[in-house]
Amino acid sequence: MKKMILPVALGAAFAAASFSVASAGTLEDVKERGKLRCAVSTGLAGFSYTDENGKWQGFDVDYCRAVAAAVLGDADAVEFSPATGKTRFTMLASGEVDILSRNTTWTFSRDVDLKFTFLGVSYYDGQGFMVKKSLGVNSAKELDGATVCIQTGTTTELNLSDYFTAEGMSYEPLAIETNTEGRQNYLADACDVYTTDASGLAASRATFENAADHIILPEIISKEPLGPLVRHGDDQWADIGRWVLNAMKISEEKGITAANVDDMAANSKDPEVKRLLGVSGEMGASIGLDNDFALQAIKAVGNYGEVFERHLGTETKVNLARGLNASWTEGGLQYAPPFR
Amino acid sequence: MSASTVPADNSFQFSQLWRDARYRSYTIQIIALVVVLSVVMMLISNAVENLEALGKDFNFGFLSEPAGYDIGQMLVEYSAASAHWKAALVGLLNTLLVALLACVSATVLGVFAGILRLSNNWVVSRLMAVYIEGVRNVPLLLQILAWYAVFIHVLPTPKQALKAPVIEGAVYATNRGFYVPGLTLSNGYLFVVGALLASVAGIFVFRKWARKRQEETGQILPLGLISLGLLIVPAALVYFAVGMPIALDYPIAGRFNLQGGLKVGTPLIALWFALSIYSGAFIAEIVRAGIMAISKGQSEAASALGLRPNRTMSLVVLPQALRIIIPPMISNYLNITKNSSLAIAVGYMDLTGTLGGITLNQTGREMECMLLLMATYLVISLSISGVMNAYNESVKLKGR
Repeated sequence: MKKMILPVALGAAFAAASFSVASAGTLEDVKERGKLRCAVSTGLAGFSYTDENGKWQGFDVDYCRAVAAAVLGDADAVEFSPATGKTRFTMLASGEVDILSRNTTWTFSRDVDLKFTFLGVSYYDGQGFMVKKSLGVNSAKELDGATVCIQTGTTTELNLSDYFTAEGMSYEPLAIETNTEGRQNYLADACDVYTTDASGLAASRATFENAADHIILPEIISKEPLGPLVRHGDDQWADIGRWVLNAMKISEEKGITAANVDDMAANSKDPEVKRLLGVSGEMGASIGLDNDFALQAIKAVGNYGEVFERHLGTETKVNLARGLNASWTEGGLQYAPPFR
Repeated sequence: MSASTVPADNSFQFSQLWRDARYRSYTIQIIALVVVLSVVMMLISNAVENLEALGKDFNFGFLSEPAGYDIGQMLVEYSAASAHWKAALVGLLNTLLVALLACVSATVLGVFAGILRLSNNWVVSRLMAVYIEGVRNVPLLLQILAWYAVFIHVLPTPKQALKAPVIEGAVYATNRGFYVPGLTLSNGYLFVVGALLASVAGIFVFRKWARKRQEETGQILPLGLISLGLLIVPAALVYFAVGMPIALDYPIAGRFNLQGGLKVGTPLIALWFALSIYSGAFIAEIVRAGIMAISKGQSEAASALGLRPNRTMSLVVLPQALRIIIPPMISNYLNITKNSSLAIAVGYMDLTGTLGGITLNQTGREMECMLLLMATYLVISLSISGVMNAYNESVKLKGR
């Protein structure tokens, strides 16, 4: 007699089971998790740094807190992930973080090729140069032949190359990975010039022992509109991020602050303030949030001007004037669309 | 019917695949192959699907777009207007440069340290033990950063270096790099290069002849001196005959840096130092193991024949130890090459820094860049391993 044998039909058993990335709405994911995941800079005075208690602080950090407050009602429900210039886009694209708030310049290729959605401009910046006063340089046009420290993976290296080519000058690049290493190389005289966004230069200079020995040259060689960004393809999530930022700017125009926001919600006669703070209308609900999402955000971190002054303003070590970043009512560029 | 019985009519039955020892190993191998292929297919299809979900296509077209960034240290012509593939090539050459330099110096250092660790002199052997154990047990990245920090903080800035040159007007050590005179080539320099190559060939022939002569007559010629003469004299004659086609380009003071000459950047030096010293310690242990594996009778016999200790080492012990040393040495060379990818820590633009760093960032093509990067390292490593294996084959003990 013949014994039955097991048929060797393996192909079917291994029909490729595919597991794909989470494609459900980011909002649902965040709510379910109860935490917002936010990528910030690895350490840049004023923008994102950890204070003596190990708590993340800064301009970019507070934006994440505002979003967390708007979405989850808790400004501390944020997991911060430090990202370098190189890792940030991969972190966002792979879904490791929900939002990237790391002084990132809004450019065509990042918007289109890398498939990200920029949520607005939180800081209007431009690339500048910092040199030691002892060099006796007063203009970037005198930098022919200098060694320049640049952070890799940023628009700065492309701007730098363009600028020196356009001016017909040469330079020796020293590419470094993080702002901290850049500072070390610059201070050790391994390079003559440190270049990055002017705000970053001011922030770095604030941490130097002898800040007065360094000058930031007058030339600003690029437009650097910095802002938070999210992945393409989730318009609801992008809208939430965009309107939290806008709400912070509108609040400044309307004089709403962290201190008076409850009072304004209860007593203001201004219809736009009422809509913004969720007293009238169903604006919040239409993007999947509570109607008082803006109120929560402002209560947690304050309006745009408050956040700016707290981390970057003239009272801080970073010592940046509002300049282009003043509200349009004060002659600056910060201008939010109407909340209606 | 018993399972082990071969059917009389020799006809093949399906159950034999499983029950017959002649076929079973094939069955198992085929199953294993199918499993491995399925897993690989699953990973690939998953990646493709996810890339599609992210709206990213897979193509290498970006390599021909202009790179837009500059590189500090390069061996071939490159500017920001060059294409991304050119930037990758600059990076590849930089990787090969530092790997080659480090392989050579680590070998020299390792052989010395390995031999000295076996020295009868207590101080010398202890010193080597401290070096080997200290260096082997500290992570390489830290060593690279430490060397870099030493170089940028200890060496003078270009301005100070101009006041305190190593050789006035020619060699300067600054914290941005070492400046030495470069070569300016004009018409006819190829003759000099040709003469040099001919001299090298001549030295080989001469050494072969000298060895033969020694075997026949027992006389030893001053090989080193004659070789040196053979190398220099013809090239020098040709050099003056063609009208001095090679001139030196001395570094001079510039506004910020030294200008002209040949600059070897601090990142390269720091990386080279760290790689050599780190890998040298491993090689030293391999050399020591190789030497200790040679029976003591060999060196005693050599001494009995009247060979001095250094000749015993170089003519009797080392050639035999080489057979043991080479196989683990291959993997050390591979490690040096792969470890050179830590270059980005000190801003040396190797392949990982250009293709896997800035290009990846500016174009956002992670998959393409990473695959290309891994394939390149694979090819480099397999080539090194192939060459070394061939060498190993040529020196290993032949069965007679």
